[in-house]
Amino acid sequence: MSESKHRSPATAGFDTMALHAGQSPDPATGARATPIYQSAAFVFPDSDVAAGLFNIERAGHVYSRLSNPTNAVLEERMAALDHGVGAVATASGQAAMHLAVTTLLSAGDHIVSSRSLYGGTHNLLEYTLSRFGISTTFVDPRNPQAFAAAINDNTKLLFGEVLGNPGLEVLDIPNIAAVAHEHGLPLLVDATFSTPYLCRPIDLGADLVMHSATKFLSGHGVVIGGVVVDGGTFDWMANDKFPTLSQPYAGFHDLVFAEEFGPQAFITRARKEGIRDFGACMAPMTAFQILQGLETLPLRMQRHVSNAMQVAQFLEEHPLVDSVSYPGLNSHPDYELAQQILPLGAGAVFSFELSGGREAGRALIENLELFSHLANVGDAKSLVIHPASTTHHRVEERALRAAGIGPGLVRLSIGLEDPKDLLSDLKSALRGVEKALGNK
Amino acid sequence: MRIELNGEQVFYSSGSGSPGEQAQTVIFLHGAGFDHSIWVMPARYFARHGWRVAAVDLPGHGRSTGSLLTSIEQMADWVAQLIDAISPNHCATLVGHSMGSLIAMSAAARHADKVTKLALLGTSAPMPVSDVLLNAAKDNDQAAIAMTNIWSHSAKGRLGSSENPGLSNLNVGQRLLQQAGRDVLFTDLAACNSFRVDGLPPIQQPALVIIGTDDKMTPPRAGLAVANRLTDVQQQQLSGCGHSMLSEKPNDVLDALAQFLN
Repeated sequence: MSESKHRSPATAGFDTMALHAGQSPDPATGARATPIYQSAAFVFPDSDVAAGLFNIERAGHVYSRLSNPTNAVLEERMAALDHGVGAVATASGQAAMHLAVTTLLSAGDHIVSSRSLYGGTHNLLEYTLSRFGISTTFVDPRNPQAFAAAINDNTKLLFGEVLGNPGLEVLDIPNIAAVAHEHGLPLLVDATFSTPYLCRPIDLGADLVMHSATKFLSGHGVVIGGVVVDGGTFDWMANDKFPTLSQPYAGFHDLVFAEEFGPQAFITRARKEGIRDFGACMAPMTAFQILQGLETLPLRMQRHVSNAMQVAQFLEEHPLVDSVSYPGLNSHPDYELAQQILPLGAGAVFSFELSGGREAGRALIENLELFSHLANVGDAKSLVIHPASTTHHRVEERALRAAGIGPGLVRLSIGLEDPKDLLSDLKSALRGVEKALGNK
Repeated sequence: MRIELNGEQVFYSSGSGSPGEQAQTVIFLHGAGFDHSIWVMPARYFARHGWRVAAVDLPGHGRSTGSLLTSIEQMADWVAQLIDAISPNHCATLVGHSMGSLIAMSAAARHADKVTKLALLGTSAPMPVSDVLLNAAKDNDQAAIAMTNIWSHSAKGRLGSSENPGLSNLNVGQRLLQQAGRDVLFTDLAACNSFRVDGLPPIQQPALVIIGTDDKMTPPRAGLAVANRLTDVQQQQLSGCGHSMLSEKPNDVLDALAQFLN
């Protein structure tokens, strides 16, 4: 179908969908908020309905590891917001990544991944999945041709983060998706830092999306959760690379998911196998809390981005700061790309390099009052971490540089506070850095 | 499943069934621009209950090859050939949604000896299509997909609350229509628009008409008019349901079909 010269009917806007998608008032009680269905299992009215639920001929719930009415609202809302056909909520972002990979890949298969990743994802790909025979080649996220060059006969998946870690490299989703599709492969994108409010990877060509819902989606640092979203765009039967979807599955009476379920094939297999067997499901209370966060996602992301830009601009001008790596600034190498794929803002997580090295980083952390020193991002409260003195404290300086982490690199996750107070806290802490360095 | 018919590949889903030789045959017929996958749940139900199931992709749709058929009558004649090809006793029950309901009606009238029962979901005869939609579809314009998909869902269905855990019915519908080949939607809609009920021979077979009370594509009064034309008819109204009743009310549709066909 061509681009539109005819008028499409109006659909609900993002803000409306963030509040309403996937839920209507509870028919049993009239409850307007999504009820928390804290039940492990659901009663079958008769044995034929029970058989039908197990055989995927009826819609409904059996057991909360497989699906749950509260989780289903979150899943449908995320599918709606990400323009996917369906979603599965998981126990964590790591579980979402694992579910996406294992739904498609088996021992002997290969992934081509951006090398600018969250450390947990890097560990999963580099060390843990390799124990199970799934290998990964890491490439420069700024170079789509590097993805192409790393593809081999066993490659089944390309992967990257919308905003890389720690350099905030912006993933060139349209061109990397084109590389993937030229090779008959899907592209999976981690959109945790951007959320569907800032970027919808499926609209840009990605086939699958995953989120750590712990971060901006829930938004308040109170839960651990993840989501996998299926774009429904990839033809799993176009080649013989995806037998989990294109061949009979003995674990479900020889069901061929791609034949029977069409665009829902991936997400159906993820639920009927991965969640069933690995069991990394989300608790309904967690789903409820993430839904509460989603209701205000548009408002929060606007403020996160606005605050982040003010802080980044302040730091860029400060004499103790060597560099700021934020794609919303035109000093970032991916600024132009960010304008294209993140038009509403480049998120609220970024890093900057202090000129005083490891000692300066440590001093900054110890002098900040409002920023919380912890290993998380995407909270309503502003957060800070100094990798060289925490997560990477045993790593030598040369190795740190190779990982893109300078000794004075500090990562911020900008929250929703009054920006004047954030700037004041940073100014004060930077004076503390100056004092600490001057006293040496 | 794939069979060859008139030198072309026909794909149909059997619902993962393994029917016996004496099994009754039920053929599911999709609507304009769609494919077999809309029937996944009833297909699996009837397969488990011993039916020979064929949720079929019409020629040029989904995974079936061949040129698009340009009239409902051509489609009905093709279905008659399909019945001969897959049904040992050369007859079948036809279940059709939207355009598929017209095909079922036409086949029941033109090939009465081959059709035992018919179930008509989201039906209207005639089935006029607005110029706005036809023109957009003729241009293979994305707006045609948006119109077909959005108008096919009730107001509640557009916001979601899917009975199927974690699925966005609106986005599934959009994706299916996007995956149809060039000119598929227009050819189907034009066939619906051209269908004339006046010359149709009387339909004597037992029939079920399923009506969505919030159906904007084939409004309830049109479904009732179809029911009034039939001699041996039951009707089922689905409260608050739009035209996309297989995704909005999958369990109610299944219950109605099961009660009628079993």
